[in-house]
Amino acid sequence: MNFTEEQLKFVKELLYKIADDQLIIGHRNSEWTGMGPILEEDIAFSSIAQDKIGQSLQIYKILNELGEDDSDTIAFMRNANEFECCHLVEYPIGEYDFSLMRNFLFNHAEYLRFEMLADSSFEPIAKLARKIKGEIKYHIMHADTWLKQLGNASEESRNRLQETLNKTFNLAMGIFEPGNSEIELNEMKVFEGEKRLQTKWIETITPVLEKSKLKIPSADSWEPSYGGRKGEHSEYLQPLLNEMAEVFRIDPKAEW
Amino acid sequence: MALPENEEKEEVLEKDENWETYEVFHQKKRGDQHIHVGIVHAPNQEMALILAKETFGRRRQTANLWVVKSVNVIATEYEDQDVFETTPEKTYREASDYYCMDRIRKYQQEHGIADRKELRRQKQEQKEKVK
Repeated sequence: MNFTEEQLKFVKELLYKIADDQLIIGHRNSEWTGMGPILEEDIAFSSIAQDKIGQSLQIYKILNELGEDDSDTIAFMRNANEFECCHLVEYPIGEYDFSLMRNFLFNHAEYLRFEMLADSSFEPIAKLARKIKGEIKYHIMHADTWLKQLGNASEESRNRLQETLNKTFNLAMGIFEPGNSEIELNEMKVFEGEKRLQTKWIETITPVLEKSKLKIPSADSWEPSYGGRKGEHSEYLQPLLNEMAEVFRIDPKAEW
Repeated sequence: MALPENEEKEEVLEKDENWETYEVFHQKKRGDQHIHVGIVHAPNQEMALILAKETFGRRRQTANLWVVKSVNVIATEYEDQDVFETTPEKTYREASDYYCMDRIRKYQQEHGIADRKELRRQKQEQKEKVK
């Protein structure tokens, strides 16, 4: 890997959006800690939340090595318009069906993204992709098992999941908002691109949804929720950031 | 199994509303024995495994987990605990009561079979001499 300054800018853009997604969904999922439906699930969901935040930290560290601020500053000192996460991860946790569905849709995209990145010519991200594969694999197993359980449990649980899927789907499609440098990253063999990822994602989630008696909304109703990658966010992100960074911002130079 | 009751002796939970428990067995390394570590609540086996992974696998080295529905475990009764008591005079039931190593060594020597334990001992002696 011998990238020019210009090329590294493209890489950074990619890294920021991946890490921001992980940090924000991790923070959202952590809001269930102490309130999960049963103790064991509370532990599992909290643990998944910690994994996501840990993954974002690893990527912020790579960014730091590329000359960006240190990870705490990146995570806690930016405002919403400087974040590049997708809208899906910003939404409040809602009821458990929404949080489960969001996790299901997000985790599959994340797993496939890192599967693609495992062969990336940008070695630090390729290495990380191989390292966190097991973590995300469990996140998928967790989401798939819950979906199958609730999709096949009762009429009520299936209907609620289907309604949630309908409401969440366009938000999830926002994950694949094309970046400014899709072509360049592909040419540099860093990342194949969002379009390819989206195709793989649809192929992967369809059979799991079918096993859970759920249907993907028909293609003519698709209206991906774009804007997040450009710093345009829902009303929910800034309050989340204020809360997440509240303590850190009191004294950013404090030694922990 | 009786469901929890309130003061009016009515069952608080409807049947099937309460998840069953699963016994969790943890294996540290492949080849090790699975050791019982606790229980999880779950509606079925698959969910039990998923929940057991984080509850019992996240803070220790883990190669494998088993879950077994608690109701499928058959146990002895504590009132029958006396069946485990035994008179101590039956040394013929203990392995230590049998002397056979001299016969095994003799057989090994006659048939040219190396005594690995002896070889290890000699090797160790050699090492200590070198030191």
